[in-house]
Amino acid sequence: MFEILEKKSLNPFVTMMKINAPRVAKKAEPGQFIILRTDSEGERIPLTIADYDREKGAVTIMFQIVGATTEKLNHMNVGDCLSDFVGPLGKATETTGLKKVAVVGGGVGCAIAYPVAKKLHEMGVEVHVIAGFRNKELVILEEEFKAASTKLLLMSDDGSAGEKGLVTDALKKLIESGEKYDRVITIGPLIMMKFVCQLTKEYNIPTVASMNPVMIDGTGMCGGCRLTVGGETKFACVDGPEFDGHLIDFDQAMARSASYRTFERKAYEDTCNLFKGVE
Amino acid sequence: MPNMSLEKNKMAEQAPDVRNKNFDEVALGYTEEQAIDEAKRCLNCKNKPCVTGCPVQIDIPAFIAEVAEGRFEEAYKIIAKSSSLPAVCGRVCPQETQCESKCVRGIKGEPVAIGRLERYVADRHNAENHTAVEKPVPNGHKAAIIGSGPSSLACAGDLAKMGYDVTIFEALHLAGGVLSYGIPEFRLPKSIVQQEIEGLKALGVKIETNTVVGKTVSIDELMDEEGFESVFIGTGAGLPRFMNIKGENLNGVYSANEFLTRINLMKAYSENASTPINAGDKAVVVGGGNVAMDAARCAKRLGADVTIIYRRTEKELPARAEELEHAKEEGIKFAFLTNPVEITATENGWVKSVICENMRLTEPDERGRAKTVPIEGEFTEIEADCVIMSIGTSPNPLIRSTTKGLDTQKWGGIIADENGLTSRKGVYAGGDAVTGAATVILAMGAGKKAAAAMDEYMRNNM
Repeated sequence: MFEILEKKSLNPFVTMMKINAPRVAKKAEPGQFIILRTDSEGERIPLTIADYDREKGAVTIMFQIVGATTEKLNHMNVGDCLSDFVGPLGKATETTGLKKVAVVGGGVGCAIAYPVAKKLHEMGVEVHVIAGFRNKELVILEEEFKAASTKLLLMSDDGSAGEKGLVTDALKKLIESGEKYDRVITIGPLIMMKFVCQLTKEYNIPTVASMNPVMIDGTGMCGGCRLTVGGETKFACVDGPEFDGHLIDFDQAMARSASYRTFERKAYEDTCNLFKGVE
Repeated sequence: MPNMSLEKNKMAEQAPDVRNKNFDEVALGYTEEQAIDEAKRCLNCKNKPCVTGCPVQIDIPAFIAEVAEGRFEEAYKIIAKSSSLPAVCGRVCPQETQCESKCVRGIKGEPVAIGRLERYVADRHNAENHTAVEKPVPNGHKAAIIGSGPSSLACAGDLAKMGYDVTIFEALHLAGGVLSYGIPEFRLPKSIVQQEIEGLKALGVKIETNTVVGKTVSIDELMDEEGFESVFIGTGAGLPRFMNIKGENLNGVYSANEFLTRINLMKAYSENASTPINAGDKAVVVGGGNVAMDAARCAKRLGADVTIIYRRTEKELPARAEELEHAKEEGIKFAFLTNPVEITATENGWVKSVICENMRLTEPDERGRAKTVPIEGEFTEIEADCVIMSIGTSPNPLIRSTTKGLDTQKWGGIIADENGLTSRKGVYAGGDAVTGAATVILAMGAGKKAAAAMDEYMRNNM
């Protein structure tokens, strides 16, 4: 079974867990994801791999509590077992030949951006990290990013952490100041990635965005995670999750991500009420 | 004296307007009297034409003769010699184009109900047989099976009975492949599938779910590092096709695979399950195969008004006659000679309607085949808030892209000889992964053949 080895709250809405999954840990690479179920009635949800320890056979996940399943997951503790944990799925981040990269993360997307930054940094690539959060309370992985980059720019909507402003403001400033990136890697809310990609297109900087749509199997079987990239239908689970950000139809991806919003909201409320009843 | 009735004994079914609101099995099976009475319709032909119609050559007259005498366990033993999944095949085999199509009784009247008899015998065996299975003596050799659908289950069962240490690797959290995620509960109860799988476990077969071969572990690693001497690839044809028409990525458009997986594997129709499904008020299913019928009947059970869009006529519909009949009885509508060209959207990015071009059949050519061609400028718009694309599947590229030296066809099927041997030494394949989407029984037959070849290979390698 997939035992929870460690659990830590990174901020009031984001939790880190280390899961015992030796087969997954052995193969995991930055950019890949797993699919888990909390219990035998649970839905299958994809989460990006935040870190892995091949020797200990552990895989780290970080998740934001956004719905019923992540709420349930957050109520599980060290020693509990997840009923299912499968991966690593999707393609790993392409890192060959890079010399200078800007990694732009937003919110919980920073959890996904971190292993990519770390790997690039270890490879000797010059890494600039721009991490955006709504406010100070929500900042995660500040120390980790510092250690995995040559420059860290913290941004917040209200100025309570780092500078006040959007990640695109910071990125634009860096580019304008003469920083020459051979790639921008962006991971975060769809709307943020859309604007990051719009910006880098103006400057002709190759950009990849990491997509995390609704999916079931994660092996190309259901097609639920499909999106349009350069006019072609792609499956995020097997063709991605990273795609050329200048070719992604973000508006369609945003519409598709809302497919089950009503259902999800109700399920989330029901689950919260259930836990309130217990406590 | 044989029973000379021209008609099959009817099998009890849930009434159409009851069953189209639940997911319980539609067909209820024969009673003992009905089974014996039906078995007596068999003339026990010496040349056994029915057997030639069976992809795994079950000795049909022999098992039916036992049923006619009320010796059901004897009948089961005869079937089990050739078939690994009788309770499944008795339900989902297209008997009307296989064994029953060759039955002499079918020349004048209806053929013997071979499928219903197989089902009765298997169900009776499963209900009564509680004796512990004897575990075969281990021969100390390891075989890996990739995927857990019908070909894999058949292959695993045969190898385990010969004493091999067999491990099945399954990508999903539940074994059974298409029997679990694809075919709906009302046609094939999942308890039957799980019973077959429990039977394999009792023989010593290990099942590692949540293992995507090609990602979690590769075939080369299984053979080089984990000591598996031979591998069977039974990964099916699970990649959905789309039409590549405008609007296909709108909210409310599903592949049949996704729609059926949400329902069958994830139990989205049940109160307790946390996986959502949206069949809408008006669902349109595109396609005419058994999968299209399954998707349509599921959507109906979820409360939608359902129309199946098919580009040819009812005569060309590839679905089994029984499935078509059941679908019609349950109130599924059909729009024949229509072919989708665009899916229109609401302001919020949801499906609004399907625009189809109207089709017509041409005069038959010299070979007697009529083509379906569009009628220039004629379109029909069908209102819908859910569209399910059921136009076929192809093999998943995951295995072929991660296994060195494994030759495949242009369309993705793994190349294997008649015994299932691929271009890689010790690696065998069978079922839909080799043939493209076909039937449960053909896949099962391929799994059994491969098991025999793998046994020979491993014995020679010992």
